[in-house]
Amino acid sequence: MNQALWIAKTGLDAQQTKMANISNNLANAGTSGYKRSRAIFADLLYQNVRQVGAQSSQDTQLPSGLMIGTGVRTVATEKLFTQGNLSQTDNQLDMAIQGRGFFQILLPDGSEAYSRDGSFQLDSQGQLVTSNGYQIQPSLTIPEDAQSVTIAADGTVSVRQAGSTAITQVGTVQIADFVNPAGLQPIGNNLFLESSASGSPQSGNPGLNGLGTVEQGYVESSNVNVVEELVSMIETQRAYEMNSRAISTTDQMLQYVANNM
Amino acid sequence: MDHLVYISSSGAREAMIAQAANTQNLANASTVGFRADFMMAQRASAPSQELGTRAYASMQNSAVDFQPGVINSTGRELDVAISGHGWMAVATAEGGEAYTRRGDLRVNELGQLSNGAGQVVMGNSGPVALPPFTDIAIGSDGTVSIVPLGEGPATLAVVDRIKLVNPDQDSLSKGENGLIQLNSGEKASADADVSLLSGSLESSNVDSVGAMVRMIELARGFENHIKMTEIAEQLDAASAKLMSLS
Repeated sequence: MNQALWIAKTGLDAQQTKMANISNNLANAGTSGYKRSRAIFADLLYQNVRQVGAQSSQDTQLPSGLMIGTGVRTVATEKLFTQGNLSQTDNQLDMAIQGRGFFQILLPDGSEAYSRDGSFQLDSQGQLVTSNGYQIQPSLTIPEDAQSVTIAADGTVSVRQAGSTAITQVGTVQIADFVNPAGLQPIGNNLFLESSASGSPQSGNPGLNGLGTVEQGYVESSNVNVVEELVSMIETQRAYEMNSRAISTTDQMLQYVANNM
Repeated sequence: MDHLVYISSSGAREAMIAQAANTQNLANASTVGFRADFMMAQRASAPSQELGTRAYASMQNSAVDFQPGVINSTGRELDVAISGHGWMAVATAEGGEAYTRRGDLRVNELGQLSNGAGQVVMGNSGPVALPPFTDIAIGSDGTVSIVPLGEGPATLAVVDRIKLVNPDQDSLSKGENGLIQLNSGEKASADADVSLLSGSLESSNVDSVGAMVRMIELARGFENHIKMTEIAEQLDAASAKLMSLS
């Protein structure tokens, strides 16, 4: 069957993936710590029908060849780790990372995940956990009688306990950074896993060695730019329509042959 | 049978091939840095005795449209667009060098600078390899500078310079991998006049409206060719009728 049909089909597939990606970004426009992703396309292999540079006679060469492409493919959906806006919540357990780095989260299976979502809460033991109840690493316990919690920009956590005027330090929030954050594997729940492409985590105290600082009372909102997503949605829709038009046109051509020959 | 049927069917066949190439352009309307292809049919004359009516259509050449695409701002530090003419050198799977306009760069797991399609970007000598860094900047001449991991912003180190070339367009063609290469198979020499724009991406240069018009044109042309084969059949039937004795 005609290859134009299959080429247009790859175009439809690609635009569909892009649309799904845009929808995911838009759906997560209000998810704190969400990083938007974008679909990346590349053209498929070309079929060489007539070799460029082949001898057209003993002394002459073909100046250009005949190459027919076979369509497009989605190579990757890449996360863009640009800084999201910090929105003030005044919640004393909310933290946002200003700059590079991720909070380290202990998954129930004992492995570590990484997150930019800093809306932490306390569990029944007074441990600092994510909204899903996963502990932050290194683990941090807030005493039961703590009246106020202060988290400094360098991650130092101190509390004032009932009946005391002294401030006691209870631990430090450490963050981890990767050479190539875009290589992290997103697993949902605002969590990422280390992969061979991301490099290994380098953890440290916030503010040191190029790591970002921790801001108490803020959460980092999603870095989705809604207007940009809407514009690329229009672009995607039109490209989809054109590819589907290419299918129907090719179909009509074949139909014409079938009806008239 | 009259040779008209062969000539018109060659036209229909070539229209179909051109339609495939046109669809390829539409399918890649959102591929970063994609260069559109266009097809050229040539007259292929077969020797004939009298009127010279035996000219078949033959799809001879495909050429690449070298018009620059639209530059969109993305704000991402590793997105670069080439302003004006020129190409960025990348390594091919066979170990050679080819050229592309796609500038959605990233760092791969080996710490090399590669583009969105996974092709490794070439520097002054071989692939651009980056030590661990906290910040990266690409200058307008392709210079890649980083703040090494664990250092302050004051210690900016120049790592390499992306190889930018600008060979004569007539000497370039598209390879099977979709990358641009020199017809001679050699490597182009670096050109200091090519400049990069950081934080932007060059879109595909496919003119989608033009491609739609071309699609209609090719479809109608195809129908005309088919119509001609039909007429050839009618003519043949008419002459067979004349010859019949009964």
